[in-house]
Amino acid sequence: MAHMRKFQINGSAKMFWNNFAIDPEKMERSLDIAQSSLQPLLEGALVYTLPLSLITFVVGLILAILTALARISTVKPFQWIARFYVSAIRGTPLLVQLFILFYGLPSVGVVIDPFPAAVIGFSLNVGAYASEVIRAAILSIPKGQWEAAHMIGMSYTQTLRRVILPQATRVSIPPLSNTFISLVKDTSLGSLILVTEMFRRAQEIAATNYEFLLLYTEVAIIYWIICFFLSLIQGRLEHRFDRYVSR
Amino acid sequence: MISINGLHKKFGDLEVLKGIDLQVNKGQVIVVIGPSGSGKTTLLRCLNILEVPTAGSITIDEQTADFSNTVNKRTIDLLRRESAMVFQHYNLFPHMTALQNVMEGPVIVKKMSKTDARAKAEQLLNKVGLGDKLDFYPHQLSGGQQQRVGIARALALEPKVMLFDEPTSALDPELVGEVLQVMKDLANEGITMMVVTHEMRFANDVANEVIFMDQGKIIERSKPSDMFTHPKEERTRQFLNLIQS
Ligand SMILES: Nc1ncnc2c1ncn2[C@@H]1O[C@H](COP(=O)(O)OP(=O)(O)OP(=O)(O)O)[C@@H](O)[C@H]1O
Ligand SMILES: [Mg+2]
Repeated sequence: MAHMRKFQINGSAKMFWNNFAIDPEKMERSLDIAQSSLQPLLEGALVYTLPLSLITFVVGLILAILTALARISTVKPFQWIARFYVSAIRGTPLLVQLFILFYGLPSVGVVIDPFPAAVIGFSLNVGAYASEVIRAAILSIPKGQWEAAHMIGMSYTQTLRRVILPQATRVSIPPLSNTFISLVKDTSLGSLILVTEMFRRAQEIAATNYEFLLLYTEVAIIYWIICFFLSLIQGRLEHRFDRYVSR
Repeated sequence: MISINGLHKKFGDLEVLKGIDLQVNKGQVIVVIGPSGSGKTTLLRCLNILEVPTAGSITIDEQTADFSNTVNKRTIDLLRRESAMVFQHYNLFPHMTALQNVMEGPVIVKKMSKTDARAKAEQLLNKVGLGDKLDFYPHQLSGGQQQRVGIARALALEPKVMLFDEPTSALDPELVGEVLQVMKDLANEGITMMVVTHEMRFANDVANEVIFMDQGKIIERSKPSDMFTHPKEERTRQFLNLIQS
């Protein structure tokens, strides 16, 4: 038994090297494929992955702020709607939600194209998760801030806009950056409802040349680079908003 | 200037103000003292409608609200404009500079132009001795300086009455003097003030009258010299003994 396993590991390791490095001819072919697939992959990223992420994040954030405000409002029905929404979205898999939107709804006559379906699905998702972040951030602002704002005569909306949300934003930047970075990666699920984003391009190319490892690794590296730059932006934002807090 | 009649405030079943009647003339400085939980903060907060009283009426200057009936938002807004409050923990806006903190009310609420509001805020910050700290954020200021910004922010609203809720009790002892000095100057200018404080020197030097509150009621009201030397009520005597020992 142990003998068998050893053999298998040796075997697969050998296959790995054969495919990837040892054979100069194979390596050249791999490099060629990596290079020629780079353009369609980046196109997928620029035309679909990134716009989908950005649009979704903006729509999702608006939804999240409204949901958070509904959760902390004193109007019970607002609270109920918000709770129901967050519970339904968080309690079901994202992929299932996307499938309901894209494959399920047509049977009741609602046909949505892949991209808009993805925007709706991902926005609803971001809205639910980010609303919890924003709610916690708003609740973390001391009561004295509301009182001072009321004292100088501000209305509820003025208080939110001028006093509470600016401070809540600072608190939310790290968790919301996480949400955004997760979102960028989650858009790869869009491939399953036929959005031709980066990962779907990789699948399509791999289906023609069978270089699965190569293409999926390549696409992983591109996601990684995108997310790396996003964390750099996060760092700068945090720094900018930290200027009014003592360290 | 201020007229409070039969003011009641309940939090659920807990009655915190049990019928407060108080008249204050223009330019008077009233110091409110009393044991913890007696309702001093609640009284000030009711005057600025940070708490909505459960019954009774409040008149400041020309504005009246009778809380025995339901009071509309407009009335509350108008009444609130008559007073401004200085908080125990300053409650400055941490994301705004000293100048922005003071400008915020005039610009956002009173719709004053930024240029005018700025000039006014600079003048007020100069007045409280912070002319050189205009662009400092609250965390870059000492407690005493923050509280003086808080006073300037309240003054920028041009209230008829200034309310101070233990403005020096969160401060290190060496910083108390600078805040009290600013308050003294305001009193000398003839601004009507209600001050909750345990600074008996200040009460003695500045107050026209001292009010002793206990368990949601005004127990005694008299000139500071009378209050501190021969209080009429036994409860006042006990309290004064307690804080002076
Ligand atoms: N928002 C609230 N909800 C419930 N009870 C409250 C609330 N605010 C104040 N109270 C209660 O009302 C009572 C009076 O409180 P208040 O803060 O007015 O007293 P105080 O005289 O200012 O005391 P201190 O000297 O400790 O500041 C206390 O028993 C307090 O617990
Ligand atoms: Mg108090």
